[in-house]
Amino acid sequence: MKERFLELTVGLFLLAGLAALGYLSVRLGDVGLLDDGGYTLTARFTSISGLKPGAVVELAGVRVGKVTGIRLDGEDYEAVVELRIDRNVRLQEDSTASIRTQGIIGDRFVKLSPGGSEEYLQAGDEILETEPAISLEELISKYIFESGKK
Amino acid sequence: MIARLLSLPGAWTLRLIGAWGRMGLFLLHTVGRILSPPFHLQPVLRQVHFLGARSTLVVVVSGAFVGMVVALQFYDTLVRFGSVSLLGSAVGLSLTRELGPVLTALMVIGRAGSAICAEIGIMRSDEQIDGLECMAVDPYRYLMAPRLLAGIVALPLLTAIFIVVGIAGGWLIGVGLFGVSDGAYFQGMYDTVLWSDVRMGLVKSLAFGLLIVWITAAKGYFLHLTRFGNLGAEGVSRVTTDAVVYASIAVLVADYLLSAILLKGTPT
Repeated sequence: MKERFLELTVGLFLLAGLAALGYLSVRLGDVGLLDDGGYTLTARFTSISGLKPGAVVELAGVRVGKVTGIRLDGEDYEAVVELRIDRNVRLQEDSTASIRTQGIIGDRFVKLSPGGSEEYLQAGDEILETEPAISLEELISKYIFESGKK
Repeated sequence: MIARLLSLPGAWTLRLIGAWGRMGLFLLHTVGRILSPPFHLQPVLRQVHFLGARSTLVVVVSGAFVGMVVALQFYDTLVRFGSVSLLGSAVGLSLTRELGPVLTALMVIGRAGSAICAEIGIMRSDEQIDGLECMAVDPYRYLMAPRLLAGIVALPLLTAIFIVVGIAGGWLIGVGLFGVSDGAYFQGMYDTVLWSDVRMGLVKSLAFGLLIVWITAAKGYFLHLTRFGNLGAEGVSRVTTDAVVYASIAVLVADYLLSAILLKGTPT
C-alpha cells in the first residue's frame, strides 16, 4: 500500500511537471512537434534593421505567420527573410512585404499587403515586392540636412 | 610563533584546494554511479517523491504569488508609458528566464536541500555510512546517485510548474484585477517568449538541480572532515547551515554565468 502511494504521487508529480513543460515549450517556445501545416516563403530586403526571428507576420493587422529565419546574401548584400505563413492564407504573386514597427518603440514586424494577380504564391516562392525597414534617424537626418541646403 | 603565522596562509590554501578537490571527486563518483549498471529505479522514485512531489505545493504557492506580484509591479510601471499590452510579455519573459528557475531552486534548497544535508550528515555522524561500507554497500551508489538523479529530474519539472502557475497568477492580477485584455496578455506572451527563452530556463533549472544536490549532499557526507566533525548534533546543524548558504550562493552565481553565456548564444 505504501509503495503504491509512492508510485501514485511520483506519477502525479511527473505528469503535472511534464504537462507544464509541454505547455511552455509548445505554446510559449513554439516548438513545432506537429507540422503546423503552414508554408514557407522568402523575401529580400535592403534593410531589416531590428527584425528578429519569431517576429509576427501580419496581413490587414491579423497575425498570419511568423519570421522563421534571417540570413545575409553575401553577394548583393541583401537580407533574406524566411516567413512561415499559415496554411489557410493564400497570397497573390504580387503581394508586398514591408517591415514596420508596432508603435514608435515597439517590435518590428513584417506587414503583407495583398496584390491583384490571379496567380498565388506557392511554398518556397519569393515575395518580389518588398519595402525595407524605415529608419527614423535616417528620415530625420535627411530632413535636417536637406532643409539646411536651401 | 612567527613561523606558525607564516605557515597559516599556506595551510589555509591547501585546505581550500583540498576541499574543492573533494567536491569534484564526489561529483565524479556520483555521476559515474548514475551512468553505470546496475540501475535501481525504486530509490530514485523515493527521492523524486521527496525532492519533487513533496515540493510541489510550496512551488505552486510561491509561483502564484510571484506571478501576481510581478504582474502588479509591471502593470504599475507599464501603465505610465501606456504600454499595458506588454504586460503578458514582461511577465512571461521574467518568469521563464529568471524568476522561475532561481526561485524554484531557492525553495527547493530550503525545503529539500537542508533535509538532504542533515540526513546524510547524521548518517555520517552516527557512523552509519561507515556501516554501509563495512557491509560492502557503496554509499555513492546507495545514497548519492538516486538523490542527484532525482534533483536533475525534479528541478526542471518543478520550474515548469512554477512558471505556468506564475503566468496564471499574473493573468489573475493583470486580466482579472486591472482589466488588461485576455488576448493582449496571452498573445503578447506567445509572440515574445521564444524557444531560446524557455531553453534558458530549462538549462538553468537542470544546472541548479545538479548544484543543489551536489553541494548539500557533499556537505553532509564530508561532515567528519570539517572542523565541526566531532561535535555531533551541533556539527550537523552547523554544516547544514553552511550547505544552505553555499548552495544558495552557488545558484545565484551560476544563474549569472549561465545568463551571460546563454544570452550570447541567442540571435538578436
